[in-house]
This record gives sequence, C-alpha cells and structure tokens, in this order.
Amino acid sequence: MSENGSSGGLPRLLAGISPSGALTFDQHLEIHGELPVSRRRERNGSAALIDQIERAGLLGRGGASFPTALKLRAVASARGRPVVVINAAEGEPASLKDRTLIQSLPHLALDGATVAAAALGAEEIILCVGSRRSVFDSAAQAIGERQQLLGSSPRLRLAQVPDRYVSGQESALVNHLNGGEAKPTFTPPMPFQSGVRGCPTLVSNAETFAHIGLIARHGPEWFRSIGTASQPGSALVTLTGPLAYPGVYEIEHGTSLASLIDAAGGLSSRVSAVLCGGYSGVWIDGGQLDALSLSNEDLAPYGGSLGPGVVLLLSEQACPVSETARLARWLASESTRQCGPCIHGLDTIATVIERVRVAKGERGSGQHLARLVSMTRGRGACAHPDGAVNVLASAFEVFSEEFVSHSRYGRCEACELPPELPYPGVRQARADTLVPAG
Amino acid sequence: MADRIRVNPITCEAHGMCAELLPEMITLDDWGYPIVDGRPVPRELVEHARRAVKSCPKFALLIEDKRD
Repeated sequence: MSENGSSGGLPRLLAGISPSGALTFDQHLEIHGELPVSRRRERNGSAALIDQIERAGLLGRGGASFPTALKLRAVASARGRPVVVINAAEGEPASLKDRTLIQSLPHLALDGATVAAAALGAEEIILCVGSRRSVFDSAAQAIGERQQLLGSSPRLRLAQVPDRYVSGQESALVNHLNGGEAKPTFTPPMPFQSGVRGCPTLVSNAETFAHIGLIARHGPEWFRSIGTASQPGSALVTLTGPLAYPGVYEIEHGTSLASLIDAAGGLSSRVSAVLCGGYSGVWIDGGQLDALSLSNEDLAPYGGSLGPGVVLLLSEQACPVSETARLARWLASESTRQCGPCIHGLDTIATVIERVRVAKGERGSGQHLARLVSMTRGRGACAHPDGAVNVLASAFEVFSEEFVSHSRYGRCEACELPPELPYPGVRQARADTLVPAG
Repeated sequence: MADRIRVNPITCEAHGMCAELLPEMITLDDWGYPIVDGRPVPRELVEHARRAVKSCPKFALLIEDKRD
C-alpha cells in the first residue's frame, strides 16, 4: 500500500484502497492529510478554489470532459444559494469506477464536494448513488462519520437514483431530486441556472469531486505533474475483457493501453476491437491495440474519447454482430421514451440490425441504417440518441465484414455465446473483479 | 443576433403543422417528427415561422434568439 502524499505519482485516488471495506474518515485523512477548507466564507474564497481548478486543467469525469472550472464559475455567477450534487448514479453498464469510489473510498468525493460547497457558499450537498446496497451503505456510513466529526454544515444528504442508463444525465438527476421522474428535461434552464428546488446547482461526477479534493490539498502544479498537457492528472478506468484481472484501474492520462493490459495480467485471448468511452463511445479496430494511448487527444483520430473511463476489449471469439444487435436493443430500451425520434429511431435501428444478423435484411440495409443514424442524431432532449447512434455507427464501420457476412449467411456459431458486453442484471461471460492497482 | 427555430422534442407529438406552414425550413422524418434546418430564420420567412410557432397544438416549436 503506497502512501504517496504529495509526490504526485500513482496511485492518487486509489491510494490505500482495501478489498475488505471502505476507508474510515480517519484512515482517509491519514493517507491524504487534512482538507484545507476555509470556514470563513471570504469574498474571494470561491475565486481561489476555482482558479486552482482552472490552473489544474481538471476536466469532468462523467463522460463529456467539460472543464470543471467553467462549470463552477457558471454556478458561482448564477443568482441564489447553490446546491452541490455528487453524481455517482453511474448508469453506464461498462463502468464501475464511481461505485468503486463510493464503496471503498467514500471520503474522496465528499471532500471535493465540501470544498466546492464552501467556495460556492452552498449549504447542502447531495450524494446520488444507484441501487447497489453496498454502495448505498458505504455512502450512508461515511456521511454519518462526517456529520459526527464536522457538524451539520454543510448538510449532507444521500439520494438513491433508479438504475437506468439516462438517470445520471444532469437534468434527469435534478428532475429526480425535485420529486419528478429521473428523465431528462428540455433545457434551458440548465441545472447551473435552475436546478434543485430552483437553486443554481453544481452537478458533477463523483470522480471529478475526488480530484477537486486532492487539488485543494496539493495544488494545481501537483495535479498537472502527470497526464498530458490538454488532459492533466490521473483517471479511473474500468477495464473489461479477456484479461486475468479486469476491473478499475487508476492511470495517468496518455498512458498506453498495452501497459494497462499488462497491469491487468495480460490478455487471455486475441481482441477483435476496443470499445472506448462506454456505450456512447466508439469501437476501434483491434489491430490498433498496440498503438492506442488513453487520452482524449490520442483517441480523437479514431473519433473516440475516454468518456467516463471505459475501455472494453472484445475477444476474437465473440460475434460482433450479435454484440451490436444486443447493444442496439438495449440502448433502445433505455430511451426514456420522451422524444419521438429517440423512441422510433433507436427501435427501428435495433430491428434492422437484428434482421441483418439473421440474413433477413432488405436489400440496401446498410444505406437504410446510415439514413436512420443521421435521422436520429441530435434530435432528443438529451444526448442519449446521439451517443447511441455514434457507437452503433462505429460498429458498422469496424465490423463491416462481419455485417456483410451475416447479411448473406445469417447466424454464426459465435452468436450462441453469452454476451461479452455487460448489461445490468444479465449474467456476464466474465465476472468483474476489483483490482486496486496503479 | 439571429433567430433560430427549435423543437422541444419532449412535448412534440408529431402533429406536423409546422412542416406544412414552414416547409422551407422544416421537413418531417419517417415518423412524422419535424427536422428543422439549423440556419437562422431569413427575414422573408419570419412571419411564416411565427405562424408555425403559434399553430403548434403542443407549443413545441420555439423561436430562440441565439447570439453567435
């Protein structure tokens, strides 16, 4: 267990992680040191933290890589007393990082939210988690510990969010916290303008807050001492695939995929393609495996990004057409069924893919799919239809030979294999294990 | 300053009035939902655009003043 303190190397977030349970507040402080939180709310107090975060170059870790300082400034300049929301809903089936953070290291994100709340003058922090019992319990315990030791300012609240793909979308989360359904709303107003109870609301991913807590302690230079110029710092990555130790890893941005695979005990089978960024990310041909580095800049030439830190390796045994057909059907089923183009577009695309898989597609299915993709893109209140058609369009490209073969000959032997892509509540081909590693 | 047409896709129920009143800028997709071209509303179409906005039975069509 390395306790690197302020040396700047890895592990940062995962320092001290233990398979036997969550770190207590005392253990957490022993590893990371006291949290410098100004009790006096100086007029410039907020500016100081936001400046630090800006100089650190922290980008949000929920998937969109939005500059965190810009978001903080937007909340700070809105009218009214802000509310801080930690988003650990993690609806992304291929991601385990947020639940890992809350389950094993709950005080990291709570630290970040605490300094952010102090800087913004917020009196309330809401931690949103999914339905997993162990995560909820760990969050409740950590909140209890802090309330006992730190008192009741700011107030800490725990909220449970439905386990749906779109639940963690900012406006859906806010709508849920306001007593509505966990479904996206039409924006504007954006949550930073009018969020929880109409207050300006900072909604950020749990990992983003975890980094904020460490930046407040060690400063922006420390944060930037690893990673790339445009994407400084470390990141949590959920690595899934034919590996000895799939799980959550902390990497330095820009590190090679090959070295991450080594850290996970190496490949137990050849890989046909890599899914980067999760179920709204992109597929990259497995032939590029050794050339890939894990940062948005490195993945941009492939049309990809690290998104919420999801890297999924598809084994050569799997049938990519079956995997795509299942993914398409699942993405369609995760539409919150509010926007017509999302409901009909995703459903039709899933149907056409399934027909192609079993060689019952019409002539010109490829063009039909391309047309449906462009007809669906950009036409929802949230980005779900966009992410869905993007990942499917990249599958058509990367697996084009397999799609052609299926359109002619129908089902293949590999179609019968259990899914490699994980879905909530579905038994997977491989179990995910949590490996604390640097 | 440029006025742009925007659809609230949550309230839209594919009545299709907008595409009839403003075919220069709005077409319908396979399921009858409007596809709006993203360009600023040209001056000669402003009146038609306003009429389309007023005619939507779900109030799902908006003219937004977007500065860009």
